[in-house]
Amino acid sequence: MGLRVTLRPYLLVVPALLLTCGILYPFALGLYYTLFDFSASKPQPDMVRFQNYETVFTQDAFWNSAWVTVLYAVGAAAVETVLGVSVALLLHRSSLVGRVLEKILILPLMIAPVIAAIMWKLMLQPSVGVVNHLLKPFGLGGVQWTDTPTGALLSSIAVDVWVYTPFVAILALAGLRSLPTSPFEAAAVDGAGWWYTFRRLTLPMLWPYVLVAVIFRFMDSLKVFDIIYALTEGGPGDSTVVLQIRAYLEAIRFQRYSFGISYTIVLWAVVYLAAMVLVRHLGRIQRKAAEVSR
Amino acid sequence: MKRRLVGRLADAALILYFLFALFPIAWMVLLSLKPADQLFSTYFSFTPTLDSYRTVLGDSEGIPFVRFFVNSLVVSVGAVALSLVVGLPAAYASARWRFRGSENLMFTLLSFRFAPELTVIIPLFVLYQKLGLFDTYVGMVWVLQLVTLPLVVWIMRSYFTDLTPELEQAALLDGYSRKQAFFRVALPLVKPGIAAVSLLAFIFAWNNFVFPLILTSSSAQTVTVGALSFLGGDRPKYNLTAAAALVSVVPPLLLALTIQRYLVRGLSFGAVKS
Repeated sequence: MGLRVTLRPYLLVVPALLLTCGILYPFALGLYYTLFDFSASKPQPDMVRFQNYETVFTQDAFWNSAWVTVLYAVGAAAVETVLGVSVALLLHRSSLVGRVLEKILILPLMIAPVIAAIMWKLMLQPSVGVVNHLLKPFGLGGVQWTDTPTGALLSSIAVDVWVYTPFVAILALAGLRSLPTSPFEAAAVDGAGWWYTFRRLTLPMLWPYVLVAVIFRFMDSLKVFDIIYALTEGGPGDSTVVLQIRAYLEAIRFQRYSFGISYTIVLWAVVYLAAMVLVRHLGRIQRKAAEVSR
Repeated sequence: MKRRLVGRLADAALILYFLFALFPIAWMVLLSLKPADQLFSTYFSFTPTLDSYRTVLGDSEGIPFVRFFVNSLVVSVGAVALSLVVGLPAAYASARWRFRGSENLMFTLLSFRFAPELTVIIPLFVLYQKLGLFDTYVGMVWVLQLVTLPLVVWIMRSYFTDLTPELEQAALLDGYSRKQAFFRVALPLVKPGIAAVSLLAFIFAWNNFVFPLILTSSSAQTVTVGALSFLGGDRPKYNLTAAAALVSVVPPLLLALTIQRYLVRGLSFGAVKS
């Protein structure tokens, strides 16, 4: 009986553990592959030790991809945060319009990102797309959305913003609705203005909720794939080749498996580091917010 | 007076955002209803037709879209079912008992959520071809665990943690076995959570694109990859692409509207509760 009780939690997690190992195995296998020069043209690979990583880090293509990835992730996460929190604040006022619109806030988020990118691709087509048609009266009829390097990056970020702003808004709105009311009542009694209340009370107490959203968005956009694959395929030139797209091109299109996986391992390390920093920051912010609400 | 003006402005700003959010969906509906010969000659005025849907659902472009739709359904349901069977006991155990390795397992699962998919898929691509799992339902259900299992375990753990253990203890005192306490007391109480997490996991599995892109070629291919194939070819078939896109977003959109109340906890992996 005693042994059964001690073992019970372990027995319950055994299936999950097995499944987890089933996923960790290919990961470990991938890590192992990166030490070889395994490709479709070389199915009997030789050990090359860390040469794949050396090649990655000395390639201009890598640094270009890393730069594009950072621009994309920072750009998308920043716009989504500002826009999402603004939408949440506006919805929190709960006017009639807001209550109706809140019901459909979720829609873009539930559309597969790749489908969203397809939709925007049709709309942004320079000659027959609807966006340029609608901009014509404003004298902006011929914007080459995804055909210029800057335009392609901004368009991809725009699609990301379209899909994921509701994510930030939903979490921020939940945060706003769960804030304690007493600090706000006290501020109102003291005659504090809207801006003062917002800066000194709302924002610091809301920030932990927003930060959870920001962490999810930033880490997800570091590994963006679907949107760019469907919208620009990394082009024009190399202008939107983010790291996962580069890894895809190397491993699947050019069938250099070992080299492609090396790219993903580097990206994995970056995401992991970013997560550690952000989560530590989250802990600090949560403690601070607890002080404000007290 | 000033208050009212601010209110109006706020409503106007909201409407502006929602125009941005909803216009693409509305435009896809219009595009999918356009006849092929008016595709590029008009924008808003045309004679609507269901031809595009007939073509897409009739497989007449050589793209077996109905089959892709069924594939999406099968692999998503399969992935969620496997995650529930495996994940519910694990979530319950880690919520009820502190035991060695529990947090390690939980955080390994969470790290799957943030790992770049290709890190696992490229080795799997090689492995699946050796094992004969390439382009099969089993292969897809297996790899989709990366998406659905962390979601199920983390969210259900937060539901089980919120559930006071006293109810189960009372059941034990009444002579229930531990197993009965789980199945007859704990599980029914978290039923709304299970329903919500199942639907959310289904949506994410359905919307996944990288896995089927690389690990399937035709027999197990899903709608997300299938919709993209309408864009290929010599002439862009905008109306067909729009129809295919809309057909493939209908299931997740309908399900999402039914679980609104549970979304916050689901989307944040239990980090934010409402």
